[in-house]
Amino acid sequence: MVKYVGKRLLYAFLTLLVLVALTFFMMRLLPGDPFLGEKVVPETTLKALNEKYGLDKPMIVQLAMYVKNIFKGDLGLSMYYNRSINDIIAQAFPYSFDLGIRSLIFAAITGILLGVVAAVKRGTKWDTAAMLLAVIGVSVPSFIIGALLQYFLGLKLFELTGIKFFPITGWNTALSKILPSFALSFSSLATVSRLMRTSMLDTLGQDYIKTAKSKGLSQKKIIIKHAVRNAIMPVITVLGPIAASVLTGAFVVENIFSIPGMGKFFVISIQNRDYTMISGITLFYGVFLVAANLIVDLLYGFIDPRVKLVEGKE
Amino acid sequence: MDRIEKGRFEWVGANVSESEGITRPSTSYWRDAMKRLFKNKIAVFCLFAIVLISILAVIIPIVSPYTISEQHLTHTNISMGFKDPVDGHIHLFGTDTLGRDIFTRVWSGARTSLFISFTAVFINVIIGIIYGGISGYIGGMLDNIMMRIIEIINGIPYLIIVILLMMVLPAGVMTMVIAYAAVGWTGMARLVRGQIMALKQQDYVVAAKVMGADTKRIIFKHLIPNTLSIIIVNITLAIPSAIFTEAFLSFIGLGVPLPHASWGTLANDGVKVFQIYPSQLIIPALYISITMLSFNLLGDGLRDAFDPKLRR
Repeated sequence: MVKYVGKRLLYAFLTLLVLVALTFFMMRLLPGDPFLGEKVVPETTLKALNEKYGLDKPMIVQLAMYVKNIFKGDLGLSMYYNRSINDIIAQAFPYSFDLGIRSLIFAAITGILLGVVAAVKRGTKWDTAAMLLAVIGVSVPSFIIGALLQYFLGLKLFELTGIKFFPITGWNTALSKILPSFALSFSSLATVSRLMRTSMLDTLGQDYIKTAKSKGLSQKKIIIKHAVRNAIMPVITVLGPIAASVLTGAFVVENIFSIPGMGKFFVISIQNRDYTMISGITLFYGVFLVAANLIVDLLYGFIDPRVKLVEGKE
Repeated sequence: MDRIEKGRFEWVGANVSESEGITRPSTSYWRDAMKRLFKNKIAVFCLFAIVLISILAVIIPIVSPYTISEQHLTHTNISMGFKDPVDGHIHLFGTDTLGRDIFTRVWSGARTSLFISFTAVFINVIIGIIYGGISGYIGGMLDNIMMRIIEIINGIPYLIIVILLMMVLPAGVMTMVIAYAAVGWTGMARLVRGQIMALKQQDYVVAAKVMGADTKRIIFKHLIPNTLSIIIVNITLAIPSAIFTEAFLSFIGLGVPLPHASWGTLANDGVKVFQIYPSQLIIPALYISITMLSFNLLGDGLRDAFDPKLRR
């Protein structure tokens, strides 16, 4: 077990190092000079600016400074807003996190339920309907679902009934949070339900299910106590990647629903080529998701006794 | 009951060749898989839809009377099925805010989007087979190192790497291909490695080795053909993900530069006006969704067709 945790920690650390190096060198590889714009900048100002941002020092010193600042938790200044990136993240991330966590929870619970129903009622209409929903979920990008929901449930429903069920934009009332969360969770929901169905079918074919059945346990007990608990394992492993896709997917969903989260800042910084901001947000998300992956991996190690066994044999 | 005399029985003889005969016509693995695929109506329909969209994406921008950036300032933002009474211009899907013909743009966008995803997935497959093949066949320490590298790359969300790459490289269609191909190969490499590792242990490979077959023969005669079905299924499932990535990047403003149009940039343009002119978003959205759906369903069909356990 200790070995397993150690190995996971080492990988997470290595991944972070690669990410830091990647963002650093990419930002330095970018064509052009961040201070050369439409305005002509006097030589001395340029020199002062380069000194301020440490761009006059050799590459290796810059890398050292960069790493040092990151370990201090300082992501630097945004070139476009001229504000500390930490500040911007502190202001915007709670919105994105709120949206992300709602979507993730909704996707996990509904996806697992759908998968279980599809597997238990295999070959029936339930199965077909759940899997149809799943394949549509994988095939329709979240921004399209978001825009369609906004149009039909936000605009058309209001025009038809005169009652404002769902606000079109914003993130303040409970009702306004439903459409964006649903739009964002749809593809993850599909992934989870497909995986859960496969895993559940696999589990239902196992010998211990037959044993439980021959012992005379009720169908309900077998499914809840024996099948679901074992079948849920593979779903837990994909929660890390799914968290990643939900958080990156939030970039577009936030834009559609005008939610003041990280997505807005990220898209604006891309459009304005605000390099420090892009690398800062990238790094922040990288760290966040590597941590999420690590937690999922460790959780898996604790939940599944087989992981301990395999590691012990090595 | 009386005893029945032995003499009343007659030996009719045994037809050895008939009892040992094979009633089922012999088919190869591939022919059998194709037969099963073509029995699957949904998969065949999807295959047909994909072929049709690909062909039309090549033809329509050529035969269309309009170019993708040609503006008709007298009729902007018109609805579907419009025919101008003055100059006789027909715009099947209407025009956008700048008066550009959406029908032409959406098919031209199909060309761009499909080109990007096909090329990117093709590169992924090549890299994946080589990387996974080497890793799986040689094994040992090298395999360990190669897999750890993949693990680290996978630790970072791929969209973040793609976005970073898109920022650094000059904007263009090939940039999109390179950015996606740079991270998309890891899944394929893992898959090929796993398959090669399993096949390597098979008795027929050992037998071939014992009979003196060289590495080249084993790889090309035994390992690659047996990996091919998994690769094909994976290709069909990787293409929709590439289409999605392209649309996503275009949507956040990192898409193909003008004058190119892609489904993602069209959807992005459509979102801006879509509360007034919903068709400008719904049309590219339908194209994206139908294409992705077709590839996903075809992939599912292929997986079932190639699975020998499902053979009847």
